[in-house]
Amino acid sequence: MDLHEYQAAELLARYGIPVNRGILARTPEEARAAAEQLASRVVVKAQVHAGGRGKAGGIRLADDPAQAEAVARQILGMDIRGRTVRKVLVAPAVAFEREYYLGVVLDRDARRVAVMASSAGGVDIEEVARERPEAIVREHADPCLGFQEFQARRLAFRLGIEPDLVRGFAALARQLYQAYVDCDASLAEINPLVLTRDRTWLALDTKVVLDDNGLFRHPDLAELRDPEEEDPLEREARLAGISFVRLNGTVGCIVNGAGLSMATMDAIKLYGGEPANFLDIGGGASAQRVAAALRLVVADPNVRSILVNIFGGITRGDVVAQGLLEALRQVEVRVPMVIRLVGTRQEEGRRLLEEAGLTVVDTMEEAAQRAVAAAQSQ
Amino acid sequence: MAILVDASTRLLVQGITGREGSFHTQQMLEYGTNIVAGVTPGAGGREVHGVPVFNTVAEAVAATQPNASFVAVPAPFAPDAILEAAEAGIPLIVCITEGIPVLETLRVYHAVRERGVRLIGPNCPGLISPGKAKVGIMPGFIHTPGPVGIVSRSGTLTYEVVWALTRAGIGQSTAVGIGGDPVIGTSFIDVLELFQNDPETRAIVLIGEIGGADEEAAAEFIRRHVTKPVVGFIAGRTAPPGRRMGHAGAIISGGRGTAAEKIAALEAAGVPVAERPAQVADLVRRVLEGV
Repeated sequence: MDLHEYQAAELLARYGIPVNRGILARTPEEARAAAEQLASRVVVKAQVHAGGRGKAGGIRLADDPAQAEAVARQILGMDIRGRTVRKVLVAPAVAFEREYYLGVVLDRDARRVAVMASSAGGVDIEEVARERPEAIVREHADPCLGFQEFQARRLAFRLGIEPDLVRGFAALARQLYQAYVDCDASLAEINPLVLTRDRTWLALDTKVVLDDNGLFRHPDLAELRDPEEEDPLEREARLAGISFVRLNGTVGCIVNGAGLSMATMDAIKLYGGEPANFLDIGGGASAQRVAAALRLVVADPNVRSILVNIFGGITRGDVVAQGLLEALRQVEVRVPMVIRLVGTRQEEGRRLLEEAGLTVVDTMEEAAQRAVAAAQSQ
Repeated sequence: MAILVDASTRLLVQGITGREGSFHTQQMLEYGTNIVAGVTPGAGGREVHGVPVFNTVAEAVAATQPNASFVAVPAPFAPDAILEAAEAGIPLIVCITEGIPVLETLRVYHAVRERGVRLIGPNCPGLISPGKAKVGIMPGFIHTPGPVGIVSRSGTLTYEVVWALTRAGIGQSTAVGIGGDPVIGTSFIDVLELFQNDPETRAIVLIGEIGGADEEAAAEFIRRHVTKPVVGFIAGRTAPPGRRMGHAGAIISGGRGTAAEKIAALEAAGVPVAERPAQVADLVRRVLEGV
């Protein structure tokens, strides 16, 4: 789950990290008032779950409150990578000497948490990693002991940070690590971390992403989810306990299992179609779940055909079929539907579906081909 | 032979009185798995499908000597259950639980390694040696004994491939679902090594998906250490970057972890990669005939 910059800044401030505190504004007038309150030159920043805000023109400087209002008027409502900007953060503009990057992330390959730092701050760290990997230094936290002071100091010295500043940098790195661990984050990042003209450290921009699986033990953090940032269908899916990712194609997919869902999407593409979504109904194909899935798929106006691919396994085929029929009584489907069903007693399941006038096929390949053809002839 | 589980497996089920635990205990018993005990704290003295239940793993071990544990405990309690089994000296722990916070899994990963215990999962379907033992939630009837070892990050996609093999008359030695989380106890490489050393396994199927670089590491391992033929399948060619595709570990991040990279790495290691699950059976038949 992504947090907004202003939420991340508040969270990290609780760990003692010096953040550039700003004021959230939802209207140009609020932005003006915020700038008046800050009584300085300000930066107005789009608060939206999308990268590349700066390049898209979503981060602008303003010399005075009137200009802050004008700039906010331009940014609010702006589309950044498909997301509409609904809030801006108005923060004091800060003069600084140098910019750094500091981040905590899970290193999957090493099976450890990594703390990374770079003197190439203020730019996209993934770009730095690709083009100048030597500009990034990292330390792995010990799985039992955590991230030690000496490791934090080592990062600082490797970046050439002057001795009088090392202690402050190391404290900050450890605070960031602690926040990451305490909150079950999957990313905690300060970019840029700046050295101001009076030689103090300040987090100018912060980013925190939380592990969805950790939210059950952080109800306070779970509440930070911004419903405005979620696709309405994806939100509905999440509340129904269904894994759903909306895509741009025309063949709607209802599948059980994440790997099989991806493989079904790939098969659609292989046969010349485009999947409209990833959808994993999860364990057991109950009528209620299938109905919820059908509602999501038919709500997408791009969908021209639907492919249902259920590998029932332990769930009996006739039970899955009854669930599907019950779901179809609840949800009106106006596009062609192709069903592929495997499981114990699959013949009985198939008979039930065919008696109801539904198209049932044997293999996933055939199902994909027919669903693609149906979508294209619509 | 087969790997990890067979007729000598003496299984403990942790969370045996729960809905999942009880259901799958029955399913595994029906398959012929020797389940010697169950554990649910506070339910000691009861029986589930004729299996005695204990309060602690240590008690279950003292009374019934299990050599493997199946953990079907909800996410908030699963790490504790895994550590309890490891502490009691059970050498093989299979955890099917989905939704464990990754930092918890990380802690558990290192703790079980230190104790020399093998963890499979979490967020996996478990494993099966057809005709011998099933320690998992997969449907038994789709499998048949034979020479092909399977290792996969997925559940139903593995069933799809197994079903294609079985229908093509090609049996399996063991099918291992290693799990879809970003950190898992047993990697592709660990299982590839076991299959390489298993005389019954003549060919290996590796089923990967987007996210991380474990398939790339597996490709490198195959190039150096695996002499048996390997066939691959990678799910997620059409997955968009930056979006989690169901599994916590299935995400292309920072442009890394794409299907294209994984397919290229496997092909460079001489592994033919199927375009669709059913095609795996054709490729396996070809490599088996070539052996």
